[in-house]
Amino acid sequence: MSEYRTAAHFDIAYRACLDADGAALGELPGWAQDGELLRRMYRMMVRARSFDTKAVNLQRTGKLGTYPSCLGHEATHVGVGAAMHADDVLFTVYREIGTKFWRGIDMLDVLLYWGGDERGTLYTRSPQDFPFCVPIGSQMPHAAGAALAIQIRDQRRCALAFIGDGGTSQGAFYEALNFAGVKSLPLVCVIVNNRWAISVPVSAQTAAATLAQKAIAAGIPALQVDGNDVLAVRDVVGEAVERARRGDGPTVIEALTYRLSDHTTSDDATRYRSTEEVSAARRLEPIARTRSFLQARALWTDADEQALKAACSDEVEAAVKQYLATPKQSTDAMFDHLYAQLPAALHAQREEARRYAAPGH
Amino acid sequence: MAQMTMVEAINMAHAWEMASDPSVVVLGEDVGTNGGVFRATVGLQQRFGKSRVQDTPLAEGLIAGTAIGMAAQGLKPVAEIQFMGFIYPALDQIASHMARLRNRTRGRLSCPVVLRMPHGGGIHAPEHHSESLESLLCHHPGLRVVCPSSPARAYGLLLAAIRDPDPVIFLEPVRLYRFARQEVPDDGQALAIGCCFVLREGSDCTIVTWGAMTVDSLKAAEQLALEGVSCEVIDAGTLAPLDFETILDSVVKTGRLLIVHEAPRNCGLGAEIAATVGEQALYDLLSPIRRVAGYDTVMPLYRLEHDYIPGVARIIDAIRATLAE
Repeated sequence: MSEYRTAAHFDIAYRACLDADGAALGELPGWAQDGELLRRMYRMMVRARSFDTKAVNLQRTGKLGTYPSCLGHEATHVGVGAAMHADDVLFTVYREIGTKFWRGIDMLDVLLYWGGDERGTLYTRSPQDFPFCVPIGSQMPHAAGAALAIQIRDQRRCALAFIGDGGTSQGAFYEALNFAGVKSLPLVCVIVNNRWAISVPVSAQTAAATLAQKAIAAGIPALQVDGNDVLAVRDVVGEAVERARRGDGPTVIEALTYRLSDHTTSDDATRYRSTEEVSAARRLEPIARTRSFLQARALWTDADEQALKAACSDEVEAAVKQYLATPKQSTDAMFDHLYAQLPAALHAQREEARRYAAPGH
Repeated sequence: MAQMTMVEAINMAHAWEMASDPSVVVLGEDVGTNGGVFRATVGLQQRFGKSRVQDTPLAEGLIAGTAIGMAAQGLKPVAEIQFMGFIYPALDQIASHMARLRNRTRGRLSCPVVLRMPHGGGIHAPEHHSESLESLLCHHPGLRVVCPSSPARAYGLLLAAIRDPDPVIFLEPVRLYRFARQEVPDDGQALAIGCCFVLREGSDCTIVTWGAMTVDSLKAAEQLALEGVSCEVIDAGTLAPLDFETILDSVVKTGRLLIVHEAPRNCGLGAEIAATVGEQALYDLLSPIRRVAGYDTVMPLYRLEHDYIPGVARIIDAIRATLAE
């Protein structure tokens, strides 16, 4: 009788630096000696949450459109931002404001976008980054394309794409990874596994034990990281970014976190998940954990915390004020950027829109 | 000067632009070593290298989406979709991103992509290889849709498409790939996108058509000329945005309009042309506007394809009917 033997072996590594209370699990990476960097990462997480809380409130009071909260994702988002270089290119889904803020995108930009104004995608300080991507998974081929352009020009940069757990069910996710594997593209893919795609849990999304292992089929190294551990995220994503920038190919990282908020302000998560589950997840949320870690190392004080909260509050209020004072675009805005030059056939429609322009905000 | 087919002219336009603009990159299924299934990209990889002529995995959505990321990084991708019947997986990328990127970033990012694909039937190809789906694309603001009908127009319009700062869908009529030879100077001269071509002047009836149907329309016009009927034949050339000025001028002159297309009649581009002419030139018309189009059926397998594709006889009968009213 013929024998079976193992044709190939695979495994998925898991990385964490901190325990649930923010204590170091072992020796920390060398870069973590930089106390100012750690403080900056913490400040950005708090900044993202301050903004997020206000944005939800603005929606509740009718001053902002539908908004997808990032509550609970701050370590993943900020860790990725801190791992990227300014000349890398970022492709997000629609929740990653911690990464966007790190790259210099303003609170006003994010408010304008969710407030129904395309000027929220101008991104003057990271002009190559793509705007939020609503059709799930469709950003992945763009990131592969940017990575291919980088490779064709022999540049030492990379593209980094976020995708959610639900997004890994899309064909575009696998098509882009497959291509990145074949071409050894300078691409880092961060799967934010926050356990819920609106009401569908990961267990109903896939029978795979991890989402990271989907990269194995594309021949790409993959690992899992504690997505609520900003040190671990910064560390593994940083290694992947450096690898891609060296020309050594793509990496897929699955960050395990939890969506503590509703999917968006239009959603009611109590319809599909238990308060016990959410409470258990809240005990692992990233901000308190990071603060404990910093305080234990004497890198953060209560006075620092008070000053940060006050600064964030001032910044958010100023951005909101500016947002609310921004008049809507003229109707020409629908036509101005449709093409580099508006085709003659559309001139009459632009005139018609001007004549019937609706008043006010 | 060389006599060449449309597919050779398309190849020559690629080579010209790749030689003069290092940011032009070709990608698609089988475009490299194999030179494309119709040989439109033959020799380009040997001449310009594997970095600039990339064979991709077999995934149309990936090809369109990758081109978007490349274009936003400053390259000018010219991507091939092997047959228009396989465009459906790419529609999400074309409609949701390619057509919108400039608008949704207020001009910060743009998509100077050319997506080339064979269009229409008539070459005894298998199922799903003979579709005419231009209406799906013309409906999306932000795109240009171009369809040449001769080797020289294919050369000039493809150069224009590659140089265009916005995405261009470039439809290549398969029946015309090797249908006729023509002298095409390799001079790098682009033709204007957004302009109709008046292929034959006439005074009794205007025929507006595009792609492979221009050949049948010209034949019909020739035969009718023997009976003393003078048809003006207009090749739309660019299907979106459409040059209505040329069409309306012609209709005002002839007073009659026939629209001929291979795609199904229902919601075909002919309906848009008829509606616009009705809105803007109704009182110049001497008879109702007519359409000769593919039937509202599934494109049949190839034994029936010439019964599906409108031919000279249907065009002549429609003109006669128009003139009789």
